Amino acid sequence: MVDVVWLIPALPLAGFLLILLFGRKLGDPKAGYLATAMIGAAFVVTVGVFADLMSMDAEERRHVSTLFRWVPVGDLQIDLAFLADPLSITMCLFVTGIGTLIHLYAVGYMHGDERFSKFFLYLNLFALSMLVLVLGENLLVTFLGWEGVGTCSYFLISFWHERESAATAGKKAFVTNRVGDWGVMMAMFLAFQAVGTISYGGLNAAAESGALSQTTATAIAAMLFVGACGKSAQLPLYLWLPDAMEGPTPVSALIHAATMVTAGVFLMTRVNPVIAVSAEWVTWLIAIVGAATALFAATIAVAQHDIKKVLAYSTVSQLGYMFLAVGSGAYVAAIFHMVTHAFFKALLFLGSGSVIHGMHHEQDMRRMGALRKLMPITAVTFIIGWLAIAGVPPFAGFWSKDEILLYTYAKSPVLYVVGLVTALLTAYYMTRQVILVFFGEARWKDQAHAHGAHGDLGTHADPATDAHESEAGGTDGGQAADDHGEVHTPHESPWVMLFPLVVLAGLSIVGGALQLPFSSDLHFLEKWLEPVIEFGEADIHHTWAYENKYVLLGVAVVIAAIGIAASVMVYAKKKVKAVEPTILEQAWYYDKGVSAFMGGPGRKGFDAIAWFDAKVVDGAVNGVARLVNGTAGQVRKTQSGNVRQYAAGLGVGIVLLLVWFVVIRGIL
Amino acid sequence: MSFPILTALVLVPAAGSLTIAVLSERRAEWIKLVAVLVSVFTGAMSVWVLSSFETADAGFQFVSKHDWIKPWGISWHLGIDGISLFLVVLTGILFPLVIVGVDPHHDHKRYLAWLLLLEAGMMGSFLSLDLFVFFVFFEIVLVPMYFLIGGWGYEGRVYAATKFFLYTMVGSAFMLVGIVTTAVLARSNGVGHLTFDLVEIAENADFATSTGRWLFFAIAVAFAVKVPMFPVHTWLPDAHTQAPTGGSIILAGVMLKLGTYGLLRFGLYLFPEAARWSRPLWLTLAVIGIIYGAVAATMQKDLKRLVAYSSVAHLGFIVLGTFAFTSQAISGATMQMINHGLSTGALFLLVGMIYERRHTRQIAELKGIQKVAPIFAAGFMVVMLSSIGVPGLNGFIGEYLILIGSFLTARWWTVVAATGVILAALYLLWAYQRVFHGEPDEANRSFPELRAREAAILLPFIGLIVFTGVYPKPMLDRIEPAVDALITHVSEQTGYVAPDLPEPIVHEAAAETEGEEAQP
Repeated sequence: MVDVVWLIPALPLAGFLLILLFGRKLGDPKAGYLATAMIGAAFVVTVGVFADLMSMDAEERRHVSTLFRWVPVGDLQIDLAFLADPLSITMCLFVTGIGTLIHLYAVGYMHGDERFSKFFLYLNLFALSMLVLVLGENLLVTFLGWEGVGTCSYFLISFWHERESAATAGKKAFVTNRVGDWGVMMAMFLAFQAVGTISYGGLNAAAESGALSQTTATAIAAMLFVGACGKSAQLPLYLWLPDAMEGPTPVSALIHAATMVTAGVFLMTRVNPVIAVSAEWVTWLIAIVGAATALFAATIAVAQHDIKKVLAYSTVSQLGYMFLAVGSGAYVAAIFHMVTHAFFKALLFLGSGSVIHGMHHEQDMRRMGALRKLMPITAVTFIIGWLAIAGVPPFAGFWSKDEILLYTYAKSPVLYVVGLVTALLTAYYMTRQVILVFFGEARWKDQAHAHGAHGDLGTHADPATDAHESEAGGTDGGQAADDHGEVHTPHESPWVMLFPLVVLAGLSIVGGALQLPFSSDLHFLEKWLEPVIEFGEADIHHTWAYENKYVLLGVAVVIAAIGIAASVMVYAKKKVKAVEPTILEQAWYYDKGVSAFMGGPGRKGFDAIAWFDAKVVDGAVNGVARLVNGTAGQVRKTQSGNVRQYAAGLGVGIVLLLVWFVVIRGIL
Repeated sequence: MSFPILTALVLVPAAGSLTIAVLSERRAEWIKLVAVLVSVFTGAMSVWVLSSFETADAGFQFVSKHDWIKPWGISWHLGIDGISLFLVVLTGILFPLVIVGVDPHHDHKRYLAWLLLLEAGMMGSFLSLDLFVFFVFFEIVLVPMYFLIGGWGYEGRVYAATKFFLYTMVGSAFMLVGIVTTAVLARSNGVGHLTFDLVEIAENADFATSTGRWLFFAIAVAFAVKVPMFPVHTWLPDAHTQAPTGGSIILAGVMLKLGTYGLLRFGLYLFPEAARWSRPLWLTLAVIGIIYGAVAATMQKDLKRLVAYSSVAHLGFIVLGTFAFTSQAISGATMQMINHGLSTGALFLLVGMIYERRHTRQIAELKGIQKVAPIFAAGFMVVMLSSIGVPGLNGFIGEYLILIGSFLTARWWTVVAATGVILAALYLLWAYQRVFHGEPDEANRSFPELRAREAAILLPFIGLIVFTGVYPKPMLDRIEPAVDALITHVSEQTGYVAPDLPEPIVHEAAAETEGEEAQP
C-alpha cells in the first residue's frame, strides 16, 4: 500500500481536472459531492498507507516514491518524489480526513452560490497542493505545494471577488506570503550550496552526521523560519490571516485554521535536525516569536466583535503555541497540538459558519445571543469546541497545550508564564464568544439598535452574498430572501453541515488520547513520530518541570477555570464591566500602521521611481535627441555656399594642424 | 549532403515575404493564405529540427557553411545548439499564431510582408555563426519592426518607432565597429587569416586583455540596449505600448532575446575574459533592472506599459543568470528566454484582446471583468501566475534555476534579486484586482467572453506554460550540454573555476530508489 502513496495527491488532482472539464455540467450539488468523494478516497488511501507503515518496524517507516526527475541541471538533480513517513502520513491523515468533512460541509454551505462548482474546483486544487506540500521528499516539491496552497488561498479568499474587501484580502495574503517564500528560497539555495542537495534525506543526514556547519545550519533554519512566519501567520507577517476571513467560512476552516497555516510548523518539524545543529539563538528566536504572537493575538481576540475574527486571532495565537513548542524542542507536542487544534478549530469555524448561515450572513456577535435554543446541534458542538480550546480536561486541547507548556517550562520559565497568560486569555475570550452567541438575550430581534450602532459593517450589503444568501435561505426551510433590516429568525443548518460538526466534536473530545501524559505507554504519537524527530527532540527528563508535571497540569486547570469564571462574571452575570479597549479592537493599530505606511510613504517612494524613470532616465534620452536636433540646425548654417568662407575655414584648419605638429608634437 | 534545413528556415519566410510583396493588393485571401502557409511551414520545420536534434550533443548541429565573400572571410555559416534551439522553435511557433490570431485591421499585404521578413531576420539572427552575417540579420530585424510600429501602432506610434530605431541604431553602430575590429585584430592574434567566423575566432583568437575588453563592450552595448538593461531601457515601454498587438508579441516574445542571446553567444563565448572581468557591472545592472522595473511596473496606469516594465524586470533575471557563470544559472537564463516569450507574449495577446473590446488600455477604465467574462479571466490568471513565477508553471523553473545557480557565485546580488519575486506578485495581482475584480461598471458590463478563435490561439501558450512547468526535463536536457560547453570554454580561456559542490549524503532509504532509477 505504501507504494501507492502518489495516489493520495493524485485523487484530488483527478477531482480538479474532472471539475475543470465538467464542473458546470455537474453543477450544484453534484460537483461538490464529486470533490468530496475524491478527497474522501484520498483519505482511504492514506489510512491504507498508514496501516502499512504501522506494520513495519519503526526504523523502516520511510518510503520514497519517485515519479520522475523534475529539474535536472548539473549538480542540481531534483526529483518529483514523495516521502511517506510517520510525519507526512500524520499530516495526510488529518488533511484528508478533516478535508473530507469540510468538503461535505461546503456542499451545504455553498449551496445556491452561482460559482458553486468553481468553489470545489479550487478546494480540490487546494487539497492537491497541501498534500504535495506535506508529502514532498525535498524542499522544492514542498515549495511547489507551499506556493500552490498560497495561490489557492488567494483564489478562495477573493472568491466573492465582486466585493472590494475580499479582493484586497486575497492579494494581501498572496503578497505577504511571498515575503516568507523569499526566505524558503534562500534556505534552499543555502542548502544546495552547502550539501549539494535539497532533499530532506540528504539535508537532515548532513546535519546529523556533522557535515553541515553550524553557520550554514543557522542560516538555513532562520530562513525557513522566515517562510514559516509568512505561511503560519506569525509576527510580524500575521497580517493577512485576519483579513483572510473574507473568504467563505469552509475556506477559513480548512485553509486558515486546520491545514495550510500549519505548514510552517510542519516544515520546521521536517528539518528538525538542522534546527538542532544550528546556533542556540535560532531556537530562542522561534520560541520568543511564537510566545509573543500567542499573547499578542490573544489580547486582540478579547475585543473582537466579528465571530470569525475572534477565531482568526485565536488561530494566530494557537499557531504561536506551536512555534513556542518548536522553539522549545517539543516537536511531538507541536504536532500533537496541530492535530488537536485542527479538530477543534475546524469545529469552531464550521460552527461559526453554521451560525452565520442560520443568521443569514450576520457575523457581528453583538447581534446574536440565545442561539442555543434555535440551533441546538450547532450550539452543543460549538460548546465542545470551546471546552477543547479553553483547556478544560479531558478535552483534546487541554492535553496538547499542557504538553507544550511542560516543555516550555523546561526551556524558560518566563516563556512558560507568557504561555499561561495566553491560556488564561484564551479561556476568557472563548467563553465570551460562547456567551455572546449562544446565551444571554436574543439581540438579533433588536435590529434597529444593531443597525444604528454598527452600521460600519458594510460587508453585508454585497450582491454576491445576498444572492448566495437568498438561494441558500430559499432552499433550507423556505425562508424568503429579505432585505436587510427585516428580522430573520435564525434556523438550524442542514444535515450535510451538521454531520461534520458532530464528527469533529467527537474528535475534539477524544483527540487527547493520542498522547496522554500519565505513562510513557500512552505516548502513542511520540512513539509513532520518533524516527523523524528523535534527533531534534529536547530531552526534558530530570528537569524540574518533568518531575513536577502534575503540578503544572494542576496550574493549567486552575488558569483555565479562572479565565472561564472571569468571562462568565463579565458577560453572563454582568457583575463586572467588560474591558474591550479600542486599541485591542484595532489590533494594536499594527495593521493600520503598516497599511498607512504602504499607502503613504511606500506608495510615494514607488511613485518617485516611476517619475524618475519618466523624467530623468527617459528625459535624458529625449534631451540628447533635442540636443542633436538643435546642434544639427546650428551646424547646417556653416553650409552657406560662400566660397570665401570655406577658404577661410581651410586656412584656419591648416594653421591649427601646423601648430599641432610643430608646437605640440615637436615634429619638423 | 543533407537538406540545408537551417538555410530553409531563413529563406522560406523571406521568400514568402517577397511573394506577398509582388501579389496584388486586391487578392486579400491569397495574401493571407501565403502568409499562413509559409509561417506554418516554417514552424513545422523548426519543430522538425527540435525532434531530430541530438540531445546530448553540445556542439552545433545541422551546420551549413559556404563561403560568401571570400576576400573578407565572410561565410554563410549557420548552426544550432542547445542555446539557440528553443529560440528558433519559439520563433517558428509564435509567428503563425500571430499571423492567424491577430488582426492588423488595415493594409494586410504590407503588414504580412513585414512580418515574414521579420521572421526571416529573427531566424537568421539566431542561426548565424558568422559575425558579419549575424550583424546583417540583426539590422534587418529593425526595419520591419520599425514599420510595424509606425504603420499599425497606436496614437504615439511615430515617436515610439523613431525612438526604437534610433536607440537600437546607436547600439548597432558600436557593434559594427566592434565586429570589424574583432575580425581584423583576430587575424594577427591567433587566427592567422581574415575571417568573421564566430567559432574560428572564439576558439583561436588570443586578444590582449584590454583589447578584448574594448571589443566586448563595443559589441555588448548593442545587446544591452536590445535586452533592454537599465538605464538604456526607456525605448521599450514606448515601443511596446504603441506597437500593434502582433508586434508586441514578437517584440517581447523573441526580439528582446536577441540581446540576452547575443550576450551569451557573442559576449561570453567570444570574450570570456572581458565578460568575467566586467561581471560585477552586469550583475549590478541586472539586479537594478529587476527591482527598478518591478517598482516602475507597479505604478503604471496603462496595462501594456505595465507588462513592458515587467519585461525589464524579467530580462534582468536572465542577465543575472547569464553572468553568474554556473550551469544552473545559464541553463535557467536560456530557459527563461523561452518562458518569458511565452508568458509575456500571451499577456500582450490578452491585453490586445482587451483593447479590441474596450478600446482602452487604461487600468482605471477597466473593472469587474471576471464577473462578465470568467473564462477570459481564467486564461489571464494562468498566464499571470506563470509570469509571477508560481511553481508548476514554466516561469518558476527558469527563475529558480537562475537564482539557485547565481547564489553559488553571486550570493548577495541573488539575495536582492530574489525580492523581485515579491514585487512581481504585487504589481500583477494589483493590476489584476483593478481590472478583473469588483463589480463591473456600465462600460465593462458587456465585455464579451473569450471567443473560440481566441481560445484556440491562447491554448498553445497555456499548454506550453503548464507542460514546461511540470516537466522541464526534455528542455533542460537539450540546453544543458551547450551551456556546459560554454562554461568549459570560459574556464579554459580564463582559468575560471566553476563552483564545486559537495557530494550529497544519500539517505539509506533514498538510496534504494536511487538505484531503481539508475537501472534504465
